[in-house]
Amino acid sequence: MNAIKTTAFYLIVAIIVVVSVFPFYYAIITSFKSGTALFEVDYWPTSFSLRNYADMFRQGDFGGNILNSVFVATLTVALALLLGMTAAYALARVPFRGRTPLLLTILAVSMFPQIAVLAGLFELIRFVGIFNTPWALILSYTIFTLPFTVWVLTTFMRDLPVEIEEAAIVDGASPWVVITRVFLPLMWPALVTTGLLAFIGAWNEFLFALTFTSSDTTRTVPVAIALLSGATQYETPWGIITAASVIVTLPLVGLVLIFQRKIVAGLTAGGVKG
Amino acid sequence: MPARRSELRAQRVRAARLFLLPMMAALILVAAWPLLRTIYFSFTDTTLSDLSGGRWVGFDNYLSVRTLSSGRVVYRGTLVDPAWWNAVWNTFRFAIVSVAIETVLGLMVALVLNAEFRGRALARAAILIPWAIPTIVSAKMWAWLFNDQFGMVNDILLKLGLISQKIAWTASPDTAMLAVLVVDVWKTTPFMALLCLAGLQMIPRDIYEASRIDGVHPVQVFFRITLPLVKPALMVAVIFRLLDALRIFDLIYVLTPNSSATKTMSVVSRENLIDFDKFAYGSAQSTLLFLIIALSVILYIWLGRVDLGGQKQ
Repeated sequence: MNAIKTTAFYLIVAIIVVVSVFPFYYAIITSFKSGTALFEVDYWPTSFSLRNYADMFRQGDFGGNILNSVFVATLTVALALLLGMTAAYALARVPFRGRTPLLLTILAVSMFPQIAVLAGLFELIRFVGIFNTPWALILSYTIFTLPFTVWVLTTFMRDLPVEIEEAAIVDGASPWVVITRVFLPLMWPALVTTGLLAFIGAWNEFLFALTFTSSDTTRTVPVAIALLSGATQYETPWGIITAASVIVTLPLVGLVLIFQRKIVAGLTAGGVKG
Repeated sequence: MPARRSELRAQRVRAARLFLLPMMAALILVAAWPLLRTIYFSFTDTTLSDLSGGRWVGFDNYLSVRTLSSGRVVYRGTLVDPAWWNAVWNTFRFAIVSVAIETVLGLMVALVLNAEFRGRALARAAILIPWAIPTIVSAKMWAWLFNDQFGMVNDILLKLGLISQKIAWTASPDTAMLAVLVVDVWKTTPFMALLCLAGLQMIPRDIYEASRIDGVHPVQVFFRITLPLVKPALMVAVIFRLLDALRIFDLIYVLTPNSSATKTMSVVSRENLIDFDKFAYGSAQSTLLFLIIALSVILYIWLGRVDLGGQKQ
């Protein structure tokens, strides 16, 4: 009886793993096919050709798109961490009136539907003159990276011991010094977590990237992949699409797997403890 | 001594205000101001090409009643636009079904991962993969799997004899929503599973030990002990997912473009805003979506409070 239960259990585990991994695996083996092989359904790798990967970089400006994504995501993270860290100190360590309503308002911002600010942001970006530049994206991404970052960093900072801070204050440290010299080293895990999640969020973002950029050279990767088209309008270049997908996803999957625990901790800190 | 301490306190509060300023400025610039502008635009006739030249038209974008010279009464506006209500229906249909499925499946996967078995780390890593893949990439990958001519889904179903001819999953209005749901469930169940798992792992093991000693049936254990204890975490996860689902855009836009069976409120709004150059009209729709989400949050909080009040232990 026990053997049946154990087998059934492992069967379920196997199903879960296969269902999770198969679509990506299928995309990988498709990306290695070329020509007519693409139009046959194979469940195991049949060919190994890097032609799709070579072709991919000749499409539009894919290499440039990748660089754009890296640039935008990195600066978005830096901005979110800087603003989030300073705000978290005020929210976590200094009691003042209106603190809780403020925290709730920040949380509420993260629930804004992006489309609701699209029209207003469009006008703002045109007005400032940063349309079709990475700055438009870096600016607009703060609407979803900042609330989350502030929330998680505040939760984390609240748990830091008071004694260290008091000792520093007694030694005459200004609040800025307290943040950079005392708290920053202790906050390292939380910074990595929120930084990673903000990076992933910025990397994957589509709506703002689609609307605020209009030329191949400024586009980011998600928009580039969505707009990939073949020589004629009826031909969808599945080989290139899967190759681009694999290239763009492998680093992300790698990052997520390496920093698993931190990412899970960050997600659940917002959801469970908050 | 007290004077020094309160001076220190005042200094700290001043510093706190200063530190909050950059973040507040950023949020006002990127969230509050654009939202107010969008709401403003919805009351004008602004066009994409002339953003500053809009004139006030009141509620016309929402609902306008006009009597023609022939005597016929004409209703215009998004509140009487069948395309809009179709989008509202699509959005709610999608949100409720996807969150329900994801919660149940997520909980099941979490229960599996909560048990101790060999290869647990591998399984946990495997389920993170759908979540790690960018939404656009998932949409393209599944579009390939769902391809009517060369797709794997049709191939398997045909081989298993479950269908008699190839189905155009993403193009046909009957199956488009199903395709979208499959992809979203695949992509988001890991997230729900992780949140549920965190909730499950906060339950002390002794409770399970005690129930095992008492000989309580596992199903009873689940419904009487596990479920009530994991409910708070579950409720938070559900509301976050629900709000996310109501504003969905990326998946629909890339997997089933131009499909009236799946267009959600966000998709329709953007279409009007940018593609059709009905900027003010699209702004009105965006505002309506914002109101719907705001109402949902208020409703949820109100229901939650009522629940808490009635359940005084």
